[in-house]
Amino acid sequence: MPASESDILQGLAEILQEVAGVAPEQVTPEKNFIDDLDVDSLSMVEVVVAAEEKFEVRIPDDDVKNLRTVGDAVDYIKSAGVAA
Amino acid sequence: MSIVLPSGPAGARILSLGDYRPTRVVGNDEIARRVDTNDQWIRERTGIIERRIAGDSESVADMATEAAAKALAGSGLAAADIDLVIAATCSAQDRLPGIGTVVAGRLGLDAPGAYDLNAACAGFCYALAAAADAIRTGNARHVLVIGAEKLSDITDWDDRATCIIFADGAGAAVVGPADSPGIGPVAWGSDGGRNDTITCLGTDPYLRMAGPAVFRWATTSLAAVGRRACELAGLGTRDLDALILHQANLRILDSLVRSLDVRDKVIARDIVDTGNTSAASIPMAMTRLKDRGEIASGDLALLLAFGGGLTYAGQVVRIP
Repeated sequence: MPASESDILQGLAEILQEVAGVAPEQVTPEKNFIDDLDVDSLSMVEVVVAAEEKFEVRIPDDDVKNLRTVGDAVDYIKSAGVAA
Repeated sequence: MSIVLPSGPAGARILSLGDYRPTRVVGNDEIARRVDTNDQWIRERTGIIERRIAGDSESVADMATEAAAKALAGSGLAAADIDLVIAATCSAQDRLPGIGTVVAGRLGLDAPGAYDLNAACAGFCYALAAAADAIRTGNARHVLVIGAEKLSDITDWDDRATCIIFADGAGAAVVGPADSPGIGPVAWGSDGGRNDTITCLGTDPYLRMAGPAVFRWATTSLAAVGRRACELAGLGTRDLDALILHQANLRILDSLVRSLDVRDKVIARDIVDTGNTSAASIPMAMTRLKDRGEIASGDLALLLAFGGGLTYAGQVVRIP
């Protein structure tokens, strides 16, 4: 069964805390990874790799740059999970 | 009539090392005066505090000769004992003559085989494998292996993604026969599907790099190459004394240290004040660890490199 939006949001918060030290309460859909959460491009790669494993989805390099906000990532993972 | 092949020794080993570091030190602040960046930004993304940049008139062949002379002196061999020179580089100013022949001429070697090899940042590991094979098959007895780069020539100093990383330098090793092998089998390969991630094209004189894509490949794929190199040598990563990774980025290095479970081993972190010198980075880092007494003669080190192509290679060696 595909993960729900709230499951994905919570999972991303756990990943962001582990990879980039972001406080979980900061992780809300409107937050921009770079500007609001201070996640640089290399940490973003680590977030994506961890998210692929956790949610069993594929997020190719070309799609990573389109994931600007937490909400973008939640939507992407949700639809990728359905497609899988 | 059948073709006769020579017989060779049981294996090959590194006999001595040498490096050359240009005198000019370029700190992060100097780069920040040219492009939109700052010391903290560079340190956080690369681990680099300063790098060495060659002089305008200083060539790849000049630096290669300096490092090779130091390695040759350390080997105790005569110039005439070297019968093969392999120079790994991707930044030679001249297409011809090759760096290997220039070094051979300048050091007064006695008509050795000499060639250049371009496997980008993995070049030294490829060259070391070729040298070990040449010795073991009897095609050569003593091989001078060089990694030398002047990346500042092909760096776009207005491109923040690359100019904070690349630098200049050279490293060399003299390799000779050994009854007990001191250079393990090479685990090597390439991923041509990713050959657009690091380029220096005929249509663009500068190095271009898709940093996050390379970072992703290195942090997810390279550890398996390192483990394979250990397995081929009959070892596990816990048997290692040191990890000498291509000095590309400290965050890649830290990731590999975790993946390979070598936190308690000696880890080369030469990048911090040397920058990324492509094919030169591993012999430079190895030489410095040895010179500073951080690794001892007989220690087992995993050499592991990756670069444009993407090429990758690793092997376990005994420190001379």
